Amino acid sequence: MSATGFHELEGAPPKAMNARIEGDLMEVSMGPQHPSTHGVFRMNVALDGEVVRKLKPVFGYLHRNHEKIGENTSYLGSMPYTDRLDYFCSMTNNWAYALSVEKLAGIEVPERAEYLRVILAELTRLQNHVSLLGFLLSDMGAWGTPLMYAFREREKILDLFESLSGSRMMCDYMRFGGCRVDAGPDWFARAQKIIDAFPRFLDEFEELIVSNEILIARTQNVGKLSAELAINAGITGPMLRASGVNYDLRKVDGYGIYPRFKFRIPLGDHGDCYDRLMLRALEMRESLGILNQAMKEIPAGPIMNPKVKVRAFKPPIGEAYGRIEGPKGELGFYLISDGGASPYRYRVRPPSFINLTVLEDLCLGHTVADVMVILGSVDIVMGEVDR
Amino acid sequence: MIGTGVLKGMAVTARNFLGSYFEKDRLITVQYPEERETLPENYRNFPFLVYDNDPEAGLRCVACKICEKECPPQCIYIVKSDDKKPDYMGKPQFYPKIFDIDISVCMSCQICVEVCPFEAIKMDKVFELSRRERFDALLLRKDELAKSNTYYHGIHPLEAAEVDANLAAAAAAKKKPAPAPAVPKT
Ligand code: SF4
Ligand code: SF4
Repeated sequence: MSATGFHELEGAPPKAMNARIEGDLMEVSMGPQHPSTHGVFRMNVALDGEVVRKLKPVFGYLHRNHEKIGENTSYLGSMPYTDRLDYFCSMTNNWAYALSVEKLAGIEVPERAEYLRVILAELTRLQNHVSLLGFLLSDMGAWGTPLMYAFREREKILDLFESLSGSRMMCDYMRFGGCRVDAGPDWFARAQKIIDAFPRFLDEFEELIVSNEILIARTQNVGKLSAELAINAGITGPMLRASGVNYDLRKVDGYGIYPRFKFRIPLGDHGDCYDRLMLRALEMRESLGILNQAMKEIPAGPIMNPKVKVRAFKPPIGEAYGRIEGPKGELGFYLISDGGASPYRYRVRPPSFINLTVLEDLCLGHTVADVMVILGSVDIVMGEVDR
Repeated sequence: MIGTGVLKGMAVTARNFLGSYFEKDRLITVQYPEERETLPENYRNFPFLVYDNDPEAGLRCVACKICEKECPPQCIYIVKSDDKKPDYMGKPQFYPKIFDIDISVCMSCQICVEVCPFEAIKMDKVFELSRRERFDALLLRKDELAKSNTYYHGIHPLEAAEVDANLAAAAAAKKKPAPAPAVPKT
């Protein structure tokens, strides 16, 4: 293999290149330091003029040995590390990990904690989607303004997280069998205010983007993902639903207390970047619905299962896979316990990594400028891809 | 008509720009060193050791090393004393001869606080910690870590009041003939 990894190019050119068989393909390395790669991510692209003929994602720059660390530290000790997977959504990461340990050890979670988890997960979804929209627009050249609006709203939610968990992004909030600290009435009042004000922002933001001709030209029919390919490649989350497949773990698994809430699953039609973008806007509205219901119904009571030990926690021998519908897709933790203080095997199923595997299929035939838009619409966070 | 979408978008921008003069919601920038937001009660940064009255003799830490063992990135280093000294309640206890926390490694996870059975280690709120040097300057020694209970009350008033109540209850329980083990809530 050559240094760039294009060993196939040395032989006969693939079919798609026949059109310009006499011309040279230019190999460009996009990234790892590129403002639009959302972290350190490299794409080796072979270009025919401006058109992408081949694309090879290269990742691993941010590899931190997450899984091996998880196998060497206590069960509780892995919890703060999960914050660092997808650092936009530490609350949902915590939840997925707590869920799998709870499955492994058969731990019950009190009502109030379940409600708190739902509220925080949906707030996470809001702030993840809103920053995704901002980033996507700034990838398209709308520098600054939309991202600034998006981050303004996101910051309000992060402030909520901070006053509850002590940290804006590295929340480390959930524990096996509940949550770490309880939210007081003034926290709920603040949260309700933010939730009530959110639709106005969404309306404005949609006005900003939905009918914008430039945005439409840049995103419609770009990076189409067929439902068939999406299913075969194991794509999950908004990306899968944008291709029209109705699969949302909140409905399919009904984990936590999600079956109690009324919400709809928005679906896309074309599977292009525009659908992926708008789907997230629609999902936010549904999240707001869930939030309003949860805020109304949340009961009083304990937030921790008193039977769970903080020190020297040892689950029984066995294995468990806990998964949740994270903002980016199915986030799962697979644990094998040998009865010791740390898991024998600790495996993460990261949604953004698996969603990234179809990147080449999405990008072929599009221009270099579109690659950035497509990558943005996949919604990746390198902390989770590389682990 | 082509272009209306763009114009609509610009109207939104204009609304936000003008609105930022009137609505607090639209302009949330804080001009940091001059203006400061009050940190929430639960805010956490790096751990410190609580002492009552005297920074050396009053340390609540008994060098049990649980936090050292549980700290996920292993950034606490403790050397237990050979002798026992009376602690803040007058009971002879071991004390840490060395207690170091490398805050360049610490990830502010608060697990040390949760596992400590003696309410001895708590989270600080100081965040302006830039130093000119990476190693020694960011390795906090026992004397830098020790902070008074009054300070703790100052930064986490509600939590500190709860801790004090727990400790008082535990001390009262100890005085009875059959001493109940002091298990503070974690
Ligand atoms: S801080 Fe607490 S857990 Fe750590 S050694 Fe001291 S008493 Fe033990
Ligand atoms: S906050 Fe976490 S990383 Fe820091 S010293 Fe405590 S246990 Fe270790």
